[in-house]
Amino acid sequence: MAAELALPAASPLAAPRRRRRRLDKAGIALGLFVALVLLFLYLPVVVLIIFSFNDNIVTTLPLRGFTFGWYEKLFANSDMMVAIGNSFYVATFATLLTLLIGVPAAFALDRAEFPGKAVFRRIVVLPLALPGIITGISMLNMFRVLGFNLSLETVILGHATALMAIVLTQVYARLQRFNRRLEEASNDLGARPWQTFLFVTLPNIRSAIIGSALLAFTLSFDEIPVTFFLTGRDNTLPMYIYSTLRRGITPEINAIGTIIIVASLALILLSARLLREEEAR
Amino acid sequence: MRLATRRRLGALAVLAPPLGWALLFMIVPYAIMFAYSFYRKQAFAFVPDLNLDSYVALLLDPQYSQVLLRTLKIALLVSISALVLAYPLAYFLVFKVKSARLRLFLYMAVIVPLWVSYLLRAYTWKTILGNEGVLNSFLVWTGILSEPSSLFIYNQFSMVLTLTYIFIPFMVMPIYTALEKIPRSLIEASGDLGVPPALTFLRVTLPLSVPGILAGATFTFCLTFGDFVAPFLVGGPDGTLVANTIQSQFGIAFNWPLGAALSIVMLAIVIFILSVSDRFERAGRLDLA
Amino acid sequence: MSILEVERLTKAFPGGVTAVDDVSFGLAEGEFVTLLGPSGCGKTTMLRMIAGFESPDTGRILLGGRDVTDDPPYKRQVNTVFQDYALFPHMSVGENVGYGLRIAGAKRDEIARRVREALATVDLLGKIDAKPSQLSGGQRQRVALARAIIRRPKVLLLDEPLSALDVKLREAMQVELRHLHQKLGITFILVTHDQKEALVLSDRIMVVERGRIVQSGTPSELYENPASPYVADFIGTANLVPARVLGAEGDLLVAAIGEERIQARRGGRDFAPGAEVLLAIRPEKVLLEDRPDALSATVTETMFQGNSLRLKLELGGGAPFAVDLPLQATLQQTRPPESGARIGLRVDPANIIVFPAEPRP
Repeated sequence: MAAELALPAASPLAAPRRRRRRLDKAGIALGLFVALVLLFLYLPVVVLIIFSFNDNIVTTLPLRGFTFGWYEKLFANSDMMVAIGNSFYVATFATLLTLLIGVPAAFALDRAEFPGKAVFRRIVVLPLALPGIITGISMLNMFRVLGFNLSLETVILGHATALMAIVLTQVYARLQRFNRRLEEASNDLGARPWQTFLFVTLPNIRSAIIGSALLAFTLSFDEIPVTFFLTGRDNTLPMYIYSTLRRGITPEINAIGTIIIVASLALILLSARLLREEEAR
Repeated sequence: MRLATRRRLGALAVLAPPLGWALLFMIVPYAIMFAYSFYRKQAFAFVPDLNLDSYVALLLDPQYSQVLLRTLKIALLVSISALVLAYPLAYFLVFKVKSARLRLFLYMAVIVPLWVSYLLRAYTWKTILGNEGVLNSFLVWTGILSEPSSLFIYNQFSMVLTLTYIFIPFMVMPIYTALEKIPRSLIEASGDLGVPPALTFLRVTLPLSVPGILAGATFTFCLTFGDFVAPFLVGGPDGTLVANTIQSQFGIAFNWPLGAALSIVMLAIVIFILSVSDRFERAGRLDLA
Repeated sequence: MSILEVERLTKAFPGGVTAVDDVSFGLAEGEFVTLLGPSGCGKTTMLRMIAGFESPDTGRILLGGRDVTDDPPYKRQVNTVFQDYALFPHMSVGENVGYGLRIAGAKRDEIARRVREALATVDLLGKIDAKPSQLSGGQRQRVALARAIIRRPKVLLLDEPLSALDVKLREAMQVELRHLHQKLGITFILVTHDQKEALVLSDRIMVVERGRIVQSGTPSELYENPASPYVADFIGTANLVPARVLGAEGDLLVAAIGEERIQARRGGRDFAPGAEVLLAIRPEKVLLEDRPDALSATVTETMFQGNSLRLKLELGGGAPFAVDLPLQATLQQTRPPESGARIGLRVDPANIIVFPAEPRP
């Protein structure tokens, strides 16, 4: 009996050790590869930040000296400051619009049955994968036909159309996980539909709404293709940078870039904290 | 019954704004763009003298088919290289990182660049790869090169590099999600049945992650296909892609019908790819519950 | 004085499924009524229509004499305890219970007072600040109860409230529910598929089959006088033995099971000689007797059930039959019959109910 159970391999102590070492090799190789990719991902960011403080007009090595000069030039550049203001204006209202339209759309998709639902769903999600240039051009054509002049307001409408899908998909996903019995319970206890929405539904989908709104805001701030075709005389920040780059590189761009990176990081941490707060519930 | 009717009216009120918006700002514009592609260019105006000239020009004039093919090629290269770099990353995070906190941290580290301006991230490659850029100055400074090389920029290589860099996070996300969904018990079962890890990966993990790969690749391909920023920054003279051509039709060349026609073609290609990918995804979707 | 009247309710769902088929009933104030039936029989739909979550296609619902059919849930003086409790995860226990009062605009100190009162009634005052995620299943159930009774509804609806609890807890909660009902004195409507629960809790049971109420009565009425084989086998268990009527003698019916004769209670029904019938016999009402006129059966299996022994048998004509023998402490322990043994059965005619045989669908 015991003889049948004896394995032909080496002693039981050696086999597990050998197997463990082989796993490690693959894991270590993979880990090194991952480290390299992460390095690749962050190299340009690091370069940008470093050269924003470098006392040199061109981005060459070796580094020359530390300076705040580019930041000073940046804040003195009134065109850029105006562009930044415009971007805030556009991003704020575009985000508001995406919420006003996207949240009801998510509810409609989650709960209502109506003719053309499948088509509607495809169309609103299309701008996520569709190159922005098409959204931009199609809306440009429409504004022209309708006789509207291009302005920051047309940009707002363009952004809202392109970014609505972000709010819609996030809120929809959250709604699918939401227990609708909670709304029935609220109804049952005497709350009217608007009260149920305010006191029960909204608090539970809050993280999806805020998270997607922050993302939409960030993307609107950075948006190029749609903005390019719908912008009138006033520039948004990306448009300003784009036209500056046409003329050549100026290190103020590194400065504004660094600021944007820091601001983006802050926004991400904020939204991550919000998400964690709600997951903990 | 009146209660049921009241409910339906309420639903309609919620439905109206999004439906109205989709109609006004998406369906109508596409329809108008479609109509424009049949207009005729006449001096400084476009007349609704419906014709197929624009489409004929697209078919016959070799420069357009050249650009189209070049764009498809670049999009394909970017999708593949982003996949090659992103997949191991996602795999490592899901299967090799044991601590949940570390995994979240690393995942965030990959996603964070997405929130930083796309224009800036593409621009930084211009500063790195340029003649007076970081890479060249580094190589000259260390003596590897005697003078700056123009090989690094203003060609298709730099475009693919830049775009791959942009899209790696976009690839990681769906692949990560797909890999996470795979029940560990399946992988353990494979090992239990005597299959070595490499084969388990090929036979079990990889096939089950295909929906994620498909989603990421489709997204990357379509967006790369329509990009005009990267060519503008690092593309160089023979680096124009379809989007740049469209751009110029609405700009300098002032040939809106042609631009519209090209846009319709792009729209058709993208929708085609999306529906093909959708069908594959649905066919290959397995119930992993 | 009927507190709830339901008149000719019908509801069909898209796809052609008729969930509720022309149902009418009335409930007196303070009754504890159970809607009993298997999954999918329509009992939950009936409850939801009374609550206002579903609208009937035809019919009316009257609460306290008033037609509430078109009233949304928040206008009806009816409250529901949901199967999964549906406690608001983002509110504490106290906030959950006080939610209805807050909506009604009550003052803060009155809300606090009544919340404490409600929680004391369900014995959960200590958890007033806890979040639902921190509670056990039984505790959550009690919060759901407190939340539903605080607004003093005319009718309390309970949708399988105990189904998520394990057996011991469920039995304890059944007792508590009975006490609560007696204390509050309001009408309870319970929906369940657990017949034992229905028997324990209810003043009246309405058995539901495919959208219709097939019998309504007290637990013992339903148990002793089921109106159909369906009810007979749903409440408790019943052997349903096919037989043929031979004749009647006063209040007794004589029927043949295979070659053997048996007497059964006619119970006011008339059967023509030769009619095919089903005899409903409860397993615990059968005695083992070795007499010449006993019904003969062959033992196929014996199953130990803890406090009883179930014998699975085959009757003369091959019909399956079950007998439950209580295992009591007696000075003389008779050995249970073994598989394959032939034994004799005797049943008091009063314990046999005759139904016409159901036509084969």
